[in-house]
Amino acid sequence: MVPELGQVALVLALILAVVQSVAPLWGSYTGNRVLMSLAKPAVTGQLVFAAVAFGALTYAFVTHDFSVAFVAGHSNSELPMFYRFGAVWGGHEGSLLLWILVLAIWSVLVAVFSRQMPERFVARVLGVLGVVAVGFLSFTLFTSNPFDRLIPAPVDGQDLNPILQDPALMFHPPLLYIGYVGFAVAFAFAIAALLEGRIDAAWARWTRPWTTAAWLFLTLGISLGSWWAYYELGWGGWWFWDPVENASFLPWLVGTALIHSLAVTEKRGLFKSWTLLLAISAFSLSLLGTFLVRSGILVSVHAFAADPSRGMYILAFMGIVVTVALALYAWRAPSMASDAGFKPLSRETFLLANNILLVIATLLILLGTLYPLFMDALNLGKISVGPPYFDLAFMIPMFPLMLLIGIGLHTMWRQTPSTPVWRKLRIPALAALVIGIPMPLFFYGTAGALTVLGSILAFWVMITAVIDLLPRVGPARLTRSHIGMCVAHFGLGVLILGVTFVSSYDLEVDRAGIPGQPVDLAGYEFTLLGTRGVQGPNFDAIEAEIEVSRDGEFVTTLYPQKRVYRVQRDPITQTAIGGGWRRELLVSMGEPLGDGAWSLRIQYKPLVRYIWLGTIFMALGGVIAISDRRYRLARRRETEPATTGSAPAAAGGQG
Amino acid sequence: MWRYLAAPALFIVLLGFFLVGLFRDPTLVPSPLINQPAPQFELPQLLDPERTLALSDLATGEPVLLNVWATWCVGCRQEHGMLVDISRSGEIPIFGLNWKDDRTAALRWLERLGDPYVAVAVDDDGRVAIDWGVYGSPETFLLDGQGIIRYKHIGPIDQAVWEREFRPRIAQLRQGDS
Amino acid sequence: MSMRGILMALMLLGLLLSAAPGWSAPHTPLTVEALSPLEDPAQRARYERLIREIRCLVCQNEPIADSNAPLARDLRREIRERIEGGSTDREILDFLTARYGDFVLYRPPFTPRTWLLWFAPILLLLGGGWVFWRVLRSRADKPLDDDEAWSEDPEPAEDTPR
Repeated sequence: MVPELGQVALVLALILAVVQSVAPLWGSYTGNRVLMSLAKPAVTGQLVFAAVAFGALTYAFVTHDFSVAFVAGHSNSELPMFYRFGAVWGGHEGSLLLWILVLAIWSVLVAVFSRQMPERFVARVLGVLGVVAVGFLSFTLFTSNPFDRLIPAPVDGQDLNPILQDPALMFHPPLLYIGYVGFAVAFAFAIAALLEGRIDAAWARWTRPWTTAAWLFLTLGISLGSWWAYYELGWGGWWFWDPVENASFLPWLVGTALIHSLAVTEKRGLFKSWTLLLAISAFSLSLLGTFLVRSGILVSVHAFAADPSRGMYILAFMGIVVTVALALYAWRAPSMASDAGFKPLSRETFLLANNILLVIATLLILLGTLYPLFMDALNLGKISVGPPYFDLAFMIPMFPLMLLIGIGLHTMWRQTPSTPVWRKLRIPALAALVIGIPMPLFFYGTAGALTVLGSILAFWVMITAVIDLLPRVGPARLTRSHIGMCVAHFGLGVLILGVTFVSSYDLEVDRAGIPGQPVDLAGYEFTLLGTRGVQGPNFDAIEAEIEVSRDGEFVTTLYPQKRVYRVQRDPITQTAIGGGWRRELLVSMGEPLGDGAWSLRIQYKPLVRYIWLGTIFMALGGVIAISDRRYRLARRRETEPATTGSAPAAAGGQG
Repeated sequence: MWRYLAAPALFIVLLGFFLVGLFRDPTLVPSPLINQPAPQFELPQLLDPERTLALSDLATGEPVLLNVWATWCVGCRQEHGMLVDISRSGEIPIFGLNWKDDRTAALRWLERLGDPYVAVAVDDDGRVAIDWGVYGSPETFLLDGQGIIRYKHIGPIDQAVWEREFRPRIAQLRQGDS
Repeated sequence: MSMRGILMALMLLGLLLSAAPGWSAPHTPLTVEALSPLEDPAQRARYERLIREIRCLVCQNEPIADSNAPLARDLRREIRERIEGGSTDREILDFLTARYGDFVLYRPPFTPRTWLLWFAPILLLLGGGWVFWRVLRSRADKPLDDDEAWSEDPEPAEDTPR
């Protein structure tokens, strides 16, 4: 019964999404306030029914209702309770339901926090979000219904993919989707502005916190995914430039550019059409990612043959939404040019450089990801584009960007006299050189040019980011958004530090671990003491005990496992990690070699933790920036003209 | 105005590529060995390890198939019946390459399921398979009478594959020969 | 699992389970000898770099360095023996592409077909630089005051360096 309830709820959600998209958009043109006012109840109802559908699927997992095909395919009677919740999004259909739920939550939040925005504008924003919801709800219902029944019902399920049976499953997909889908809000704001035919400072001020919020969740989602892949897969890699990773990285890069471009638009009224294009692009790339991942066009085995309708459906949906958005942009944007100017040494200049370099990075990754597809479509043969290309191509725009960040932070709007900037930055520059150059040499003996450059830039970015927080150096009165910016940029410096050191000095060996015979790596000795069988709730494992010592002194004991889950028999390697801020030591088990010996992969990863620490700072910076009272103040300010919706900008003049 | 149209124009081109891409299988890797002379090999035979099978044995002047198989391979089990049928019909001689397999298991397999092969070479360490560009089994090569590789099929052969991919090519090769 | 990342594993899971790939990978035991390192450090470095740049065909999206598939193992052995036998990197890559095509190379070869790919970074940097210069030049001559219509910031920026 419950699955049918979920099914019905999904249909009702779709109906309400149709109302939510058609009524307010129609009303916004005819000036029909009744139609426009339907948006908020419709979106609230949509959330309720999406939540009911989601709850119904969760219930089916929790109660082991294997008559539901999706549950049978992604769960098992032995699956621990904890993972039964995560298993809801452990596959295609259920993860779409999560997407829908997240979109509904974002939409309701927009409806709740938009009381001070003009009525017509809100109607249009919710209408556009409704269109997106219609697309995903009908995609789910017509091609990927999570509530489809199996008749007869199987006795037991095929189990959740063992790789996914990890606590990170609970957090990574939701965070990622909150980020992905959050860009739909910025997209809807942009489309609403294009429908209005104009944007103003208030628009930029409304859009900024929503964009930052989406961005910070996406940052955390990608970061958690990277960490998960790092410890779960046991390859020691934290980024693989895989098409699926790129699919999440592309909207992140454009979202980052959008945050910076929005700053210029808010403060100066410049880059207006550019900001709109970025807002459209960030969400379009989220859709593109969905298409690439779920159509099987790039990576999957036989996915298209399995169900051709899915790829076609997303392609059609993406094609319509993005083409209409870009056409609207081409029609309306040209009239939005601004007459304001700025001098070559000004904050605008540096934010422009930031945007250009981030867009170059985006285009390069997009090109690398899609190049094999282009070649194949043109019958020019099959090629692979992998890490050697992406590493190189990504570095090219990133080095100048890192250099410019440090200067740009300390320039002023419109024009900046060069002397005070130089005075403020000469000590940080010196410090970056003095710390950055010797650090790799001191700790590791040798260093290539790229390593030294990366090390200098890491300290340069970190130091220039935090000096404004010092008393007497920074501004007398710090706003939250300024502090947030400093923290986020500091995090970027930390991230670069980790990336530079781990890619320059990581070590890895595949060796036979023979009991009692130590294996050397980076000054550490790894000794296999023995193995024993262990039993998990739904798997059997062999666990190795490996003692790590350095110069004869005990460091730690690691317990990697080789697991065989009882349903899906593929052996899974559970890496053991000896943590530390200076380095992490990873050991994963390969295969038995006889006489108690095992093939072991042992890895040494210096400063690797700083990669994820950096992203946490970046997200934290986003949180601080959103809490700036400017955004709440601005809302209060827009109250007066909110009824007409014609000239929200006039409000600014009263301040 | 025109530069604002660049974005939608570019996107529509991209859509075109995606549409084409949807109808391609990204996992199929075409062999560069097509229309090249088959790589030389000389390996012990499965039924009689004292004797060897070499490329020269396959160049009979007539088209032949070389089927890469193993007992651990699920697809091989699927297509085996089809291979036996083809062999019975006498349409074309089939040679086998037993890839990284256990000899006893392979012998039992042929005994139980029938032996469609004229002869089976044993590639224990996988070197010949690498020379032939094999990356998964089953794979089936079609050689012409001169020992040139004309076609390679990746994955199990069933009736549809046989009629669509192999028959016309074999007929064409025979025509070309006469 | 032959999939590349957790992300992919998660997102493709449903699709993969419903699909029934026709082939599978062989299982052959590993030996202690195969895991002894190359003696010469220069050769070892070459080996470790090469196996990261060769794509595992069975797995579709990981380098042979990370794959436990027997074919990846065979290819690692092949590369190792060729390095010990004195082959150059070029010869080893040619050996592999002659059998498996350019698909095995994670670093696409530089040919007319990949010119666009390899020149893209420099082309985009030049194009970006041109746009940057043009915007700077056109904006430098415009008034520094804001548009009339543009509202004032509710809270003045605190970006004055001291």
